[in-house]
Amino acid sequence: MSRALLLRGGRIVDPSQRLDVIGDVYIANEKIESLGEAVDVGSRDDVDVIDCAGRVVSPGFIDVHCHLREPGREDVETIATGARAAAAGGFTAVCAMPNTDPVTDNQAAVGFIIRQAARAGASRVYPIGAISLGQRGESLAEFGEMVGAGAVAVSDDGKPVASAHLMRTALEYARTFGIPVADHCEEPTLAVGGAMNEGIVSARLGLKGVPNEAEEIMAIRDILLARRTGGHVHLCHMSTRGSVELIRWGKERGVNVTAEVCPHHLSLTEESVEGYDTNAKMNPPLRSAADVEALQQSVRDGTIDVIATDHAPHHYDEKEREFADAPNGIVGLETAFAVNVTWLVARGVIDVAMLVEKMSCAPARIFRLPGGTLRRGTVADVTVFDPDADWTVDPARFRSKGRNTPYAGQRLNGRVHLTAVDGRVIYRLEE
Amino acid sequence: MSGHAAAPLGKDLLGLEPLTSEQITLILDTAEPFKEISERVIKKVPTLRGATIVNLFFEASTRTRISFEFAEKRLSADTVNVASTGSSVQKGETLVDTARNLEAMRIDMVVIRHGASGAAQFLADRIESNVINAGDGMHEHPTQGLLDLLTLRDHFKRIAGIKVCIVGDVLHSRVARSNIWGLKKLGAHVAVCGPRSLLPNAIDELDVEVFERIEDAIDWADALNILRLQLERMQAGYIPSLREYNRVFGVSRERLERASRDVLILHPGPMNRGVEIDSDVADGPFSVILDQVTNGVAVRMAVLYLLSGGKPELAEAAKGGGSR
Repeated sequence: MSRALLLRGGRIVDPSQRLDVIGDVYIANEKIESLGEAVDVGSRDDVDVIDCAGRVVSPGFIDVHCHLREPGREDVETIATGARAAAAGGFTAVCAMPNTDPVTDNQAAVGFIIRQAARAGASRVYPIGAISLGQRGESLAEFGEMVGAGAVAVSDDGKPVASAHLMRTALEYARTFGIPVADHCEEPTLAVGGAMNEGIVSARLGLKGVPNEAEEIMAIRDILLARRTGGHVHLCHMSTRGSVELIRWGKERGVNVTAEVCPHHLSLTEESVEGYDTNAKMNPPLRSAADVEALQQSVRDGTIDVIATDHAPHHYDEKEREFADAPNGIVGLETAFAVNVTWLVARGVIDVAMLVEKMSCAPARIFRLPGGTLRRGTVADVTVFDPDADWTVDPARFRSKGRNTPYAGQRLNGRVHLTAVDGRVIYRLEE
Repeated sequence: MSGHAAAPLGKDLLGLEPLTSEQITLILDTAEPFKEISERVIKKVPTLRGATIVNLFFEASTRTRISFEFAEKRLSADTVNVASTGSSVQKGETLVDTARNLEAMRIDMVVIRHGASGAAQFLADRIESNVINAGDGMHEHPTQGLLDLLTLRDHFKRIAGIKVCIVGDVLHSRVARSNIWGLKKLGAHVAVCGPRSLLPNAIDELDVEVFERIEDAIDWADALNILRLQLERMQAGYIPSLREYNRVFGVSRERLERASRDVLILHPGPMNRGVEIDSDVADGPFSVILDQVTNGVAVRMAVLYLLSGGKPELAEAAKGGGSR
């Protein structure tokens, strides 16, 4: 039986209950036992008491989109290192995308991830199964068996589903199991060969660009297919102002569409590619300042439901090459919260409660996961953070094996102090 | 090589975008005295004696590589040519490993041609030696831009105010980018002409005029810089056929004769005669295509000289002896 945990005197922010009070959070038997009222544990020695004065206690963050590279590229990341990186970033749970090697497209592969995660004993890891066998875009994977083994969604992320028919079928079939279809929106013939956003910077640097429409064409296709089928389409890593308008259009018509945006698309523009910096190479690419502005506002107005990391570790020498040939993606688990605080909260775009909603409550609700709330009796997945503290990003200190971040050396606001899963502290900032 | 700190161009020549108009003019002015060396019986001066230069050509090239090699040899540098075929690149060696090995061999300068945009900068950021971009992907080809400028200046006696239209596949052309930067910095009016499918979507933001009809471009321009149309553009679906391209955008004598003024003809080569340019234009009275080739050696000599720390004011003297 685990020890009890008393988080004393913090600011409790739980948007799932519209709660924002100063008080104690008491955790026993892996559950939230009491919330808000003062708890006196006297001299009991079976309770760990942590002073949270001046800090925020919130439901644990949940990342619905990360890449943990195991199986296949354990040199780049493992489920264990990824889960520890997640814990350090304040995430009590993460959803692992299936573009591993072999692809997570069957119940055995799903079971493997769950066993590895249990062994790691850090943040929870929920597998996402592939939409299509081998992510080849040809025939559906066995959703039912994968969900039975623990998958929480399906996605061919990393690759778009080129066939509209296959996407329609996936949306219909996924309804049977009540899971979202997480959608990588990229029209492949428009995006082919693209290395960055199409615009003035790509024209100057002589890099093939990916136009906004590559994302938007697929976004509207799949919003229309979700409307036709009643399936739940979750649009991954949205990056353009046009996509935001299309999502709004869908939601206004009652389509079962949700969407996520990544911290890097909320904070960086295509200008970051200047000098051919491969740490600014990602898919979808960093867009224009107008896109960033529209995405920030869409987080504020609710058009975008979730902020997800798209954590994509790569070995340093894979990024140390010609820009067009370098792989896409950056690590994000350990910087996501602070990037969001720096670019959204500190600048007044959203408040702390809204950030917790986007990083915890909404992900839990949309992917039907435990957590995302501090209600009494629920799983005790908790994050404690200081929204005002600042720190300098030093990739050498990451728990992730990946070091590929465009934020290296930057001073960011917002620091995670503690992460607990089932009331067990899995990360605590060394002070 | 000593003299980096004082070098008037900085350590590397990666493109014309980062250069000032003064630096571009300096290169052109420095090239002038070097032209004469190529006219001599013994075409050699000792200016870069003892310097080692590696010509790293990861992409097929004949005229640019030969032009650089002549420039280096006429300045008495020791040169080594490396091509991707037969090199360790074919065995999978990365560009960064290549850079480290070159650095370990204590060379002085690298001339790099590479299929990836940014490859020259990638190398320059990682080695102490001077790096000269001899064409990187779709980014820049600065010495081509410079030799085009020199050729135009020779003819018009100025760059400021002249109207130059770049014709053809601007989207994929490193020559076009270097030309646009160089010409604009020196005060020329710049336009592009070609099918919209071969122009960058954001071309208007570069502050250049766009002509959709070659007749309009010819009517406007003092000079046309005609780009090579590559066969693969047709296969990739950017244009329907080479035949149609010739009929709509090809520069023919008939079209030139209808213009209200004489139009100078440039082409970076190699030419597709009968596609982007007809033979009677390429070989016609207003063609300066072979002058471009001649000027290419002088410009490259000037760049090598200046990057190696050669003093601009001593360029004339460097014709006769060592200046390093």
